[in-house]
Amino acid sequence: MKKLLLFLLVVLVYAAHQDVWNWRKAGPMLFGFLPVGLAYHAAYSIAAALMMAILVKCAWPKGLDKHETASPEPPQSHS
Amino acid sequence: MIPVVVILVYLAVIAFIGSMAWRRGKENTEDFFLANRSIGPIFFFLSIFATNMTAFAILGSSGQSYRQGIGIYGLMASSSSFVIPLTLFFIGTRLWAIGKKFGHQTQVSFFRDRWECNHIGTVIFALSAAMLVPYMIISIMGGGTVLAGISASPETHEPLIPYEWGCAIVAVVVTLNVFLGGMRGTVWVNILQTILFLCFGAVALAVISQKLPKSFADYMSGLAADEKTRFLVTREKMPPQAFWSYTLIPLSSIMFPHMAIMCFSARRVSAFKQTVVLYPIAILAIWLPCVFLGVLGFAALGRIPDPDGVLLRMLQTYAPVWLAGILGAGIISAVMGSDAHQVLALSTMFTKDVFAHYGGHEKFGERRSVHFARGFIVVVTVIAYLVALALKEKQGIFEIAVRYAFSGFAAMSPVMVAALFWRRSTKWGALAATLFVAAFLVWTALMQTGHKAGDVLWQLGGGKDAVKIFFLNPRGDVAFWNGFMTVVPMVLGSAICVALFSWLTPPPSQPTIAKYFDA
Repeated sequence: MKKLLLFLLVVLVYAAHQDVWNWRKAGPMLFGFLPVGLAYHAAYSIAAALMMAILVKCAWPKGLDKHETASPEPPQSHS
Repeated sequence: MIPVVVILVYLAVIAFIGSMAWRRGKENTEDFFLANRSIGPIFFFLSIFATNMTAFAILGSSGQSYRQGIGIYGLMASSSSFVIPLTLFFIGTRLWAIGKKFGHQTQVSFFRDRWECNHIGTVIFALSAAMLVPYMIISIMGGGTVLAGISASPETHEPLIPYEWGCAIVAVVVTLNVFLGGMRGTVWVNILQTILFLCFGAVALAVISQKLPKSFADYMSGLAADEKTRFLVTREKMPPQAFWSYTLIPLSSIMFPHMAIMCFSARRVSAFKQTVVLYPIAILAIWLPCVFLGVLGFAALGRIPDPDGVLLRMLQTYAPVWLAGILGAGIISAVMGSDAHQVLALSTMFTKDVFAHYGGHEKFGERRSVHFARGFIVVVTVIAYLVALALKEKQGIFEIAVRYAFSGFAAMSPVMVAALFWRRSTKWGALAATLFVAAFLVWTALMQTGHKAGDVLWQLGGGKDAVKIFFLNPRGDVAFWNGFMTVVPMVLGSAICVALFSWLTPPPSQPTIAKYFDA
């Protein structure tokens, strides 16, 4: 269930990038000077950061940290 | 004169940091190429961001928004702020773990081991190197252009540092830094560089706002009120198909060799945690002011002959000269941060994937391999410099090549995904995808040079019902059905090649699969 919700979150954020409703609109201008299409995508970058924070908290790949102390094995040659 | 002095001081500091890293370095490839896999979390974030940000993030973004308007932010920046952290999260962390466990220093070394192949790895190396070299050359060209622009006299527009000297200064400083310090020197320098160019946009915006004759709101509402300039504050002239296609372009990021190699260099996997969260915010900090200033430049300056120089012109017109120098150093930082990583990545690839793989390491040993890498850095930079001089007037060709490279690397991402996540994937699938990408790039280049805007290259049916599959759009770029960018069929085709040819051919041996995947 958690995986499905996280997947839906990523899909939702991806879909939100295609803001067709702002395509032909210049206003309202945020702070009086930032066109709505630019303000929306600036906010989108913040939303992307929040999405990544949730993924880090809830879906961090397990088991990778065990390699932190590993000494590398040399790769084998296939020549 | 003052901006030039500020920039020269900055360049001297960069060279000095490289020499400090030289003293800390050890004479082995793990240390030279990856700083002994010891990069801490904050350094890792600042460096990987510098690796990926070129002068385009500052000059190109403002130039493009001067031409096309605010849509450039959504097209290039916010799509990157979504895709790049995701690729670092899912792919970068796995690459780090595999490098740490098995000692891989390049993508090709991983592919060779993962798919039990030899020459197929060399084919992937050749395509990657071919796509990376134009990027490196254009970085040096960009450095020369920026230094000439910053040092130009406001009255005569004659540069104090001519293009040739600018290219040479950037090439020498980058070479010194990488030659002496390797990955450690490059990362240390990135700290200063990233901080400089992260602050650039906000400082530039604040300073310019003080000197402008009218307020931001007046300029923006003026653009919105005029039918001829309204497109700059909306996206009404931007095709939605291109806007969607562009979301695939940032897939290229993790496939650029310098980005993948950076992933190997982190001390701990937790370094990725801060990086993926901070990355979109850092993109916002650079791109938002630069895109806004580009549009503002149109409103404040009117038509100018060189739109990519709009930010420099705004600085020259509205910023005090000493500050213009510091801000110029911020721009040069973006140029050199990525250029240093590209040079180092090429050297790493040649040393590990060609020299060492074909017996050089066994014959000459670890210490001489580092000498080979250093020699390669000098040779490749000299060649890039000479090309930058000889083909100065043909910079457009390299810009097109870099555009192709982004699509090409994005189309190679299914190969990486298959290697990391699909046990059944095979070397033949990887080879098929690589050859498909290479052939598509060559075909695109041939079509683009041999045809004119509007020409149909391939269509299904005829007459009114004809469906145009490939054609040249009004800009003269090859486009796919309904106006999508060629990156769409390239990524799809590459994924199909990996899947199809992997299913048709025998998988790697069980021990190799067991090595890379838990039971």
